[in-house]
Amino acid sequence: MSADPTQVLAFETDCHIFANCGFPAPGLHSFLFEPLWGDANSNVYFNKPMLLALLGSIIVVGFFWAAFRRPKVVPGKLQMVAEAGYDFIRRGVVYETLGKKEGEKYVPLVVSLFFFIWMMNLWSIVPVAQFPVTSIIAYPIVLALVVYVLWVSLTFKRHGFVGFFKNVTGYDKSLGAVLPLSMTIEFFSNLLVRPFTHAVRLFANMFAGHTLLLLFTIASWYLLNGIGIAYAGVSFIMTIVMTAFELFVQALQAYVFVLLTCTYIQGALAEHH
Amino acid sequence: MSPLLTIAAETENPLVPPIPEIVIGLLAFVIVFGFLAWKLLPNINKVLEERREAIEGGIEKAEAAQTEAHSVLEQYKAQLAEARHEAARLRQEAQEQGASLIAEMRAEGQRQREEIIAAGHAQIEADRKAAASALRQDVGKLATELAGKLVGESLEDHARQSRVIDRFLGELEEKAEAAR
Repeated sequence: MSADPTQVLAFETDCHIFANCGFPAPGLHSFLFEPLWGDANSNVYFNKPMLLALLGSIIVVGFFWAAFRRPKVVPGKLQMVAEAGYDFIRRGVVYETLGKKEGEKYVPLVVSLFFFIWMMNLWSIVPVAQFPVTSIIAYPIVLALVVYVLWVSLTFKRHGFVGFFKNVTGYDKSLGAVLPLSMTIEFFSNLLVRPFTHAVRLFANMFAGHTLLLLFTIASWYLLNGIGIAYAGVSFIMTIVMTAFELFVQALQAYVFVLLTCTYIQGALAEHH
Repeated sequence: MSPLLTIAAETENPLVPPIPEIVIGLLAFVIVFGFLAWKLLPNINKVLEERREAIEGGIEKAEAAQTEAHSVLEQYKAQLAEARHEAARLRQEAQEQGASLIAEMRAEGQRQREEIIAAGHAQIEADRKAAASALRQDVGKLATELAGKLVGESLEDHARQSRVIDRFLGELEEKAEAAR
């Protein structure tokens, strides 16, 4: 990648097979961006993922603003689409896991999470942007942290201090001698590993997806020389197929993230058995 | 590839988040969550509730109208049945009345006829009696005159005369009775 901040492509554009230059394979460097503004060595800078993140949130807000600002009892087309999405998360995720009574409070959070994550994922296949913001670990971590803080505080509020530890460690007398072991495992699993996996699941999916897309895109271009052109065609078809697959994975990962969020909240609210 | 980025790629762990990105990520999410939770979702919730009420209200209204129509129909049917019943009753009554009237009239006619017949009989009897007595007198007178002329003797003496006549007529009657 060139140092030119206006460069939007992730690889050198003048390199082909049989031209005595190596395959510019995608890697970790594909996820690093020269700042558009500021200095990468200081902590004050602004780069492409940040721009996409803010732009994405404005798009999500703009969409719902247009749809729900003055909603009508008899909906228009835009409102109908937005309502379908809203209802899918509200009924299909929140009510399903938490129930209508308990879940109502968390609907705004879960709906925001879903559409925010989906938009951030969608950037992956939006022309010119073509970068999933969630493949930068900072963004999934922020979201997982929000859920984690909510989960911990809810558990404390529901069960008190002792109840919190019983809830987190899965305290159950009937386990007998295995109890200390199971409590230790549960403690680490719930309190330490879970927020990490919650964030990394989303991050890794988007990271891998973007790498895969990059691989086929770069290969399509790289192979455009001599006999390589035949393979470039295959690679290009794979790019299209993977783009469609990514479209599916993006929605799925957003769904998985909010579904897990609801499951965690449910665990916090549940009476221990 | 710039040397700066190559170095960065080698040293940076993709699982270690840079602080500025965390800040921006949080900001971006807070923007979305803020707008949705503050205004947009309450907005749509209100409308969804209104819609639900409107639909339920419509259904309730339709149900009420149907029940009313049903009850009106029942009422109408009941009224109709009552009217039919009443008509049948009236017809029956009229028939009965007519029959009794006819019977009454017939009885009355019979009675009047019998009365008339009886009156006629009485009249005839009276006439016959009057005629008989008048005839008796006339016959007596004629017979007396004839007898007087024949015997030459005036039988003007009234008392004797009528006694003779009565005796004669009595004899005649006895004969007639005997002949019968």
